Amino acid sequence: MENLARLLKEHPFLHGLEDRHLEFLTGCASNVRYAADEFLFREGQEAGASYLLRSGRIALEIAIPGRGPVQVQTVEVGEVLGWSWLFAPYRWQFDARAVEPVRAFALDGNCLRPKCEADHDLGYELVKRFLYQVHLRLERTRIQLLDIYRAQG
Amino acid sequence: MAAGADTAAAGAADPMMPRFLRVRRTVRETHDTVTLELDDSIDAPGFAPGQFNMLYVFGAGEVAVSISGPPARPQNLVHTIRGVGAVTAPLVDARRGSVLGVRGPYGSAWPLDEAARAGCDLLLMAGGIGLAPLRPVIYEVLRRRREFGNLIILYGARTPADVLYRKELAQWRTHPGVTVKMIVDHAAAGWSGRVGVITDLLGAVEFDAAETIAMTCGPEVMMRFSYRELLRRGVPPERVYMSMERNMKCAVGLCGHCQLSPIFICKDGPVLRADRVDPLLGVREL
Repeated sequence: MENLARLLKEHPFLHGLEDRHLEFLTGCASNVRYAADEFLFREGQEAGASYLLRSGRIALEIAIPGRGPVQVQTVEVGEVLGWSWLFAPYRWQFDARAVEPVRAFALDGNCLRPKCEADHDLGYELVKRFLYQVHLRLERTRIQLLDIYRAQG
Repeated sequence: MAAGADTAAAGAADPMMPRFLRVRRTVRETHDTVTLELDDSIDAPGFAPGQFNMLYVFGAGEVAVSISGPPARPQNLVHTIRGVGAVTAPLVDARRGSVLGVRGPYGSAWPLDEAARAGCDLLLMAGGIGLAPLRPVIYEVLRRRREFGNLIILYGARTPADVLYRKELAQWRTHPGVTVKMIVDHAAAGWSGRVGVITDLLGAVEFDAAETIAMTCGPEVMMRFSYRELLRRGVPPERVYMSMERNMKCAVGLCGHCQLSPIFICKDGPVLRADRVDPLLGVREL
């Protein structure tokens, strides 16, 4: 457990987190591994965790009838995947597939939600961190939407 | 003239008079992009990385295209062209033996000599066809390897099918001190690389921001976002360069079609220091 806490602290998503909060998080965290092409989750499934990526690469995909799966973004080492467990109805919006073997910390959403409700300091700290990730992801997505490399005659 | 940028003299005595060069070889890069190698073995004027030529297609017109070949071999004059307009479409269709009119080279160059003097690292950020004007920099850095620090090449493309110079990208990353990272905007499930935007790649490489010269080339929006992200990561504004493209016509600073406030892109650019040009990028129409 102590070792897990130390490793969690080193992940960029949790840098600077107070020890008492880290202790809470450690109780909800586990080490997970996925083989290449294994799905971490599928669109529509219950959203139960956030994944703090330690190695490998994860593709966020959406299946389009007639076109097959399309990758919309990849999540890289040091980044975090998934916050749908924070928001009702707690369902994943995309498929997440390991592009290459993945090692990650899974933070159990069902464990974290009541802790965040009970300890608003922890909840606020976590929501701030997730919101920053959402902000970065939104900025990226907006640039992608511009389709800046499209041919213009 | 951009502060800090190197410039080679334009080749022809009469800058409006084209030379006539024959296509020696064509290379299909992607579904809409072709590299043309022109035979310039007689009196090749030479060029500096970042400069451009005006290519003339008889019956269609003239267009500015950056030179994308090795500066050390100017007799083989190389341009990579995306066929999207009235002139570039027939250029892409040119065959071996076709004759094109060529004026140039024109404009300012990437600050390679400044980088060599400082011995600093080079960070190249290329988007789409913007890799072509940076390729001569890569050739020169690899040829004069000891004069430079690390070379980091970050490249963003629309899809995996739009990636230019695939074999070279793979080959460049085998050189010591050279890092190549690539990202695409969208991909099908078979792609195993990154999907996102080029600024994401800055988080994937390590560099000493204060000792790095950054060169960006691609759509203006991409360069604006790249510039902001480079500043956020501590690269001094005077060490970031952009290659601009704006409606070049005469290429010698006479007609004013490419004028961006006080700057004639064809003559003062296309390579400009970012801190000089960034405040002007909000200009919506010339």
